[in-house]
Amino acid sequence: MSTNPAPNLRNVMLNMQDLTKVYPTPNGDYVVLDNLQLQVMKEEFVSIIGHSGCGKTTLLTMIAGLNEISGGKILLNEFPISGPGPDRGVIFQSPSLLPWMTTLQNVMLGVKQVFPQASKKELNEICQYYLDKVGLGNALHKKATELSQGMQQRVGIARAFALRPKILLLDEPFGMLDSLTRAELQDVLLEIWDKEKITAIQITHDVDEAIFLADRIIMMTSGPRAQIGDILNIDFSRPRTRKDILNDPDYYHYRKHLIDFLEH
Amino acid sequence: MAETIINTPSAEKPPRYLALKRYLPSMTKIVAGLPAMGKNLGITLASMLLFLLVWQLSSSYLYGVEAESRIQRVLEEQGPAEAAKMEACIASGDVSCKPNTLPSPSEVLNAGQLLLADHFVISADKAAFVEKTAAVNAQRKAAGQAAITYTGRPSFVDQIMTSLKTVAVGFLIALFIAVPIGVLIGLNENLRVAFNWFVQVFKPVSPVVWLLLVFMIVKTLTLGSDSDTSFLISAVSVGLCSMWATLVNTSLGVSSVNQDYINVARVLKLGIVKKIFKVILPSAIPLIFTGLRITVSVAWMVLIAIELLAQSPGLGSFVWEEFQNGANDSNAKIIIAMFVIGFIGFLLDRMMYFVQRTVSFT
Ligand SMILES: Nc1ncnc2c1ncn2[C@@H]1O[C@H](COP(=O)(O)OP(=O)(O)OP(=O)(O)O)[C@@H](O)[C@H]1O
Ligand SMILES: [Mg+2]
Repeated sequence: MSTNPAPNLRNVMLNMQDLTKVYPTPNGDYVVLDNLQLQVMKEEFVSIIGHSGCGKTTLLTMIAGLNEISGGKILLNEFPISGPGPDRGVIFQSPSLLPWMTTLQNVMLGVKQVFPQASKKELNEICQYYLDKVGLGNALHKKATELSQGMQQRVGIARAFALRPKILLLDEPFGMLDSLTRAELQDVLLEIWDKEKITAIQITHDVDEAIFLADRIIMMTSGPRAQIGDILNIDFSRPRTRKDILNDPDYYHYRKHLIDFLEH
Repeated sequence: MAETIINTPSAEKPPRYLALKRYLPSMTKIVAGLPAMGKNLGITLASMLLFLLVWQLSSSYLYGVEAESRIQRVLEEQGPAEAAKMEACIASGDVSCKPNTLPSPSEVLNAGQLLLADHFVISADKAAFVEKTAAVNAQRKAAGQAAITYTGRPSFVDQIMTSLKTVAVGFLIALFIAVPIGVLIGLNENLRVAFNWFVQVFKPVSPVVWLLLVFMIVKTLTLGSDSDTSFLISAVSVGLCSMWATLVNTSLGVSSVNQDYINVARVLKLGIVKKIFKVILPSAIPLIFTGLRITVSVAWMVLIAIELLAQSPGLGSFVWEEFQNGANDSNAKIIIAMFVIGFIGFLLDRMMYFVQRTVSFT
């Protein structure tokens, strides 16, 4: 189960080859990732799970272009990435909305950037569409600070999808939320994702969340020099509902597999 | 569980007056706060009374000391008969022999009323002058000559207005110098280092020295023109003295923008202009206004000293002239000026506080 499926290169969206990250520290270099290999297919939802400090955020920010690559390369559609860009939408752990802007303005800022030719009406429609999708259709003119954490993260989701990115990067997007809100937002995310099928990489600490959302779960070994320890394919059909998955006997096998890995 | 607003039709933008309401406290809040407010008001009034009492007592004590020494001096220099006459004169309250010391609250109140009455007299005089010269001035204007202007003595209220004008101009100078430079050095690490010594060295320089520096420069620049430069000199000096807080706070605000916001800007690949105006400046606004608030209060504080030295019209020169004048109610007028200065400073600070609260987003 742990073998990488032989990738058909045409279907590879994101290709990490010999990816290495070194942080220079006063006590010498700290190698976080060492020659990491990973392919992510088109329209695939991948979850990354691993112990705290193993380098998950480091990996994600390198893909986003926010963090420099020390060695190896990251190919997006076979082209090496250079710097950040709206083709890789990021949903940050904290919602990171600009607090002086309204919900709509926060989404609009990026949409305007990605569709410079579009008319004002078209831009508005795009924003409205995604804000409706996350259930904030009537909070367009609320200031970001007036929204609850959960609602702010909904805006974060809308903002990322509205960019129509090639790939979506999520760094523990629901880590700060209570479990009820988290389940709600997982549903929201999955609903949009089922429509858009944007290749997604999500970091999570939550085993159940990973199983519910992902096609494939990447388990990272603890750092330093973190590696991919194991890969688990989740073969539930889509669209998924929480109830169906909980009733599926495979669910418990997957869960045991993951927990065994994390506790080994 | 779910936010109830899900999947309801989209709301319209709220009307403007509702947006304004956000800044006003709600009625229930006011009512709930009433007992505490009443208590605070009571304490404030009581302390004011205590202040007046201490003032009254100390002024009458100082009055006694001054009167005693005056009688003593006359006694030594001119003998007992003159001394008795002096004592009677002081007791009668005649202005010719009034001891010159800290005035009592009632004297100050009197002086205040006099200043106000004086203001109305001068205003009436000015209005009459304008009316009288209207026809002549119209002719002169038609002939391309400068109009005849009122050159009489300014009233106390006029002096206040002049001071406010000086502070406003000084504040604008500070704003237009400090904010752009603050933004620039906030954006660029190297510029920040380059400016650091400059700011550290010039920030603590006294207002008086700034005035002299500005005087040196303006004097040379305006060589040959006979226009009155004292207003310009004091406004520029006020600006230079007070701009540092804004400069430092602006550069701090710009250089310490939340990394998450910067990352958002980077992911969206915002251009530099958009990045500055949509992300960096809005995020720095609260700190910029904190700086501006300090700038206003510093500007008002140094203004008096600067006007006094630059001999430009305003409250500073009013105080100085009254001090040199030494008329029997001069001291009382100086105290009036002190209260007015303090009160206006307080109002300016409240105003800036309100603006600061309105523009900050947290
Ligand atoms: N800028 C940096 N300089 C030096 N070391 C760093 C830096 N950023 C991260 N590290 C180190 O690299 C390692 C990996 O960090 P990273 O944030 O990627 O972990 P993570 O897997 O995301 O952890 P968590 O699950 O707690 O979010 C950690 O040991 C961290 O201390
Ligand atoms: Mg992390």
